[in-house]
Amino acid sequence: MQTVTEPQTQRAPPGFWRRLVRSPSGLVGLSIVLLLVFCAAFADVLAPYSPTKMGAGGRFLPPGGKYLLGTDEFGRDMFSRILYGSRITLLIGAVAVGISLTVGMLVGMIAAFRRGWIEAILMRGTDVLFSFTETLIALSFVAVLGPSLQNAVIAVGVAGVPFYARTCYSAALVETSKPYFEASIAAGAGPARLVLTHLLPNVLPTMIVVATLGVSTAILAAAGLSFLGLGAQPPTSEWGYMLAGSRDYINRAPWLMTIPGLAIAVTVLGFNLLGDGLRTSLDPVERK
Amino acid sequence: MNALLSVRDLAVRIGTRPLVEGISFDLKAGEVLSVVGESGSGKSMTAKALMGLLPPAATATGRAEFDGADLLDADIAPPRGTGIGLIFQEPMTALTPVLTIGLQLTEALVSHEICDQKEARRRAAAMLDRVGIPQPEMRMRQFPHELSGGMRQRVVIAMMMLLGPRVLIADEPTTALDVTVQAQILDLLREIVAETGIGLILITHDMGVVAEMSDTVLVMKSGQAVEHGPVTRIFKSPEADYTRTLLDAVPRIDAATEQAETKQDVLLSVSDINKTFNGRGPHLFRRHGTRALDNVSLNVRMGETLALVGESGSGKTTLGRVIARLTEADSGKIQLNSLDLTACKGRRLRAARRQVQMIFQDPYASLDPRQTVGHTIAEPLIIHERLPRSERNERVRQLIEKVGLEADMARRYPHEFSGGQRQRIAIARAIAARPSLVIADEPTSALDVSVQARILDLLEEMKRGEELTMLFISHDLAVVRQIADRVAVMRHGKILELGSTTQIFAAPRHPYTRALIDVVPVPDPARKRGVRPALKGSYPAGPLVEASPGHWVAS
Repeated sequence: MQTVTEPQTQRAPPGFWRRLVRSPSGLVGLSIVLLLVFCAAFADVLAPYSPTKMGAGGRFLPPGGKYLLGTDEFGRDMFSRILYGSRITLLIGAVAVGISLTVGMLVGMIAAFRRGWIEAILMRGTDVLFSFTETLIALSFVAVLGPSLQNAVIAVGVAGVPFYARTCYSAALVETSKPYFEASIAAGAGPARLVLTHLLPNVLPTMIVVATLGVSTAILAAAGLSFLGLGAQPPTSEWGYMLAGSRDYINRAPWLMTIPGLAIAVTVLGFNLLGDGLRTSLDPVERK
Repeated sequence: MNALLSVRDLAVRIGTRPLVEGISFDLKAGEVLSVVGESGSGKSMTAKALMGLLPPAATATGRAEFDGADLLDADIAPPRGTGIGLIFQEPMTALTPVLTIGLQLTEALVSHEICDQKEARRRAAAMLDRVGIPQPEMRMRQFPHELSGGMRQRVVIAMMMLLGPRVLIADEPTTALDVTVQAQILDLLREIVAETGIGLILITHDMGVVAEMSDTVLVMKSGQAVEHGPVTRIFKSPEADYTRTLLDAVPRIDAATEQAETKQDVLLSVSDINKTFNGRGPHLFRRHGTRALDNVSLNVRMGETLALVGESGSGKTTLGRVIARLTEADSGKIQLNSLDLTACKGRRLRAARRQVQMIFQDPYASLDPRQTVGHTIAEPLIIHERLPRSERNERVRQLIEKVGLEADMARRYPHEFSGGQRQRIAIARAIAARPSLVIADEPTSALDVSVQARILDLLEEMKRGEELTMLFISHDLAVVRQIADRVAVMRHGKILELGSTTQIFAAPRHPYTRALIDVVPVPDPARKRGVRPALKGSYPAGPLVEASPGHWVAS
């Protein structure tokens, strides 16, 4: 039989990275996030002073001069503290989102795949948790576990689970009702094959986007806990904690508040933009 | 007589890319012009240009004279509604779901300041009555979702006619409708044209509809007019090669059937299948379920193609899914050879699935977008046959070539293929594990006619080459006539008639079968028929009785 050449055969689309970098938000977001990772990785090389050494050059020195971003109430170098703080911030984002994503996807995919009473229990449970604000859940967790950075991260991660579970559940529900999924069932595929080769790759792009956007939420939430004194404990250089500590000096040394605040804002912006860029570059429709 | 609408050198471009070029035609009062072509031919774009509904990036050039003005002149507001009316394919989306029918009908009359609300309601009711909607007063208080698809399309037509347009553009007005409903809507359009003397531009892909409805035909391909002329001439002696190809590709319901010799051995035996779909909601509030299958029994013989024919809601797809065990029947038995499929569970069921494979309607949704085509085709082999990788790849290569694609396409992803190519891939997957039965659920209804013809050829070839037994589910009687050996006609979850293709088409015994065959538009202008009576009243729907050897009819 002769080979059929029908029209509309598209050329191979540009690669994922190129698509990401081509979108303005993707490029900016990726740059910010990479810069952050760079700062975190080389904090000990980049930082001119120790983030915890007190009183070296004087307290409340304004930005500029010897201390690039000034010093705080104990005379610690703000620039070094911000650099070291990026480590903790990234770690918080990654671990908290890691917890939410893993547990959430597990719950969502099991519920969508198994249906029936398992679905009912998992999703109604999610609904109950969903009716509380995430901060409240995180707060109650920290209240039980005790205030520490580690517990704050766990709390933020757990508080995010309902959102991820629900997003994953609805994405998975859409996929399982598509003919390709049924075609695979009709071909005799078992549960492992259905979930691992069909369901997971098809919900993952959505979840990656959601997770990237979620990193900023997690960072904010953890910063919030630290701000309340329930997260990072002194003398850790955590942005949220730094923000909280600077409250008393807002008139005398406003940079103590603005600098960590800006750092959080730029980080959140970076992850949000990256999430946006990922959404367009991972979407098969946009790919065409 | 002067032309109502006179189009000269119409062109639509996005940037410098032409979408439509050099379209010229005249439309006279009381005339039906069909614009026919496959997807991407620019037929809808032409209509949009005339209505001033082009996307912002597109620009139209040329002239379209209507009522002394140029429709393409951007400075003049297009006479939408009052001058030219537009009917869409999907009647649900053309109506706002949150407003009553009455409000939507009268809105335009009032906003165009043609009359006041009271008069508008009176006129709307009269128009609904005119388009064949019983109890118009009551209907006007209802919402679009309370009406069937055919009713909704009637409402849309009424909405357009209320404004008294002189030209009506109907963009695939019956494509989303069942064939019996299509016939009624076409009849209605024809009556309106004859009564009011408006000009109708009918955009369609269906050559049967073209032959039945039109006076003149404009054939389009890739944005250009291929041929333009009176309908009889176009069908009798088409000049353009493309028109000829298009006409040849159309399956004919009035074609001669050739009967393949089938063995008498029964491969699949379905008995007393019942299936009721429950309404959603908690038990106490649950509404009555819909009976999708009502005591259906059926035998499929080794090597034959049995077609399940029916309109939407007939249960034909449900029956196919029940046999493929994708939907669980409430009761009944499915026996494949000596294997009781209904009794299979878990691992045994998965192994048994090898025997029954499916081809789905929508080739865009039936392939996993994130798996390569090669992997998709290999899946049944991976599941059922433990082959070394090299041997498996070789099998996939053979399968791809067998369905008419190139072997190196295995590494590509579905979105790189056209609809027809994707359906070929789906066919390759279905036959990969050498099943004994393939269920094809409307495998060609999402495709263009010329692609459909080639896919049908391929299925035919597979059937002969692989000795496939096929259950072919379709609403299209012409396609069924071409491919099936035996036909089962279904309606409301019951089989009403079952017989060989010749028996069903040459000597249908059940009134519903007769009505169904009668309403299919035939691509032959000489066979244009008048208004047909719809199937009314009750019809026999009892157990099947053998009327003549091998020909079963509901009693």
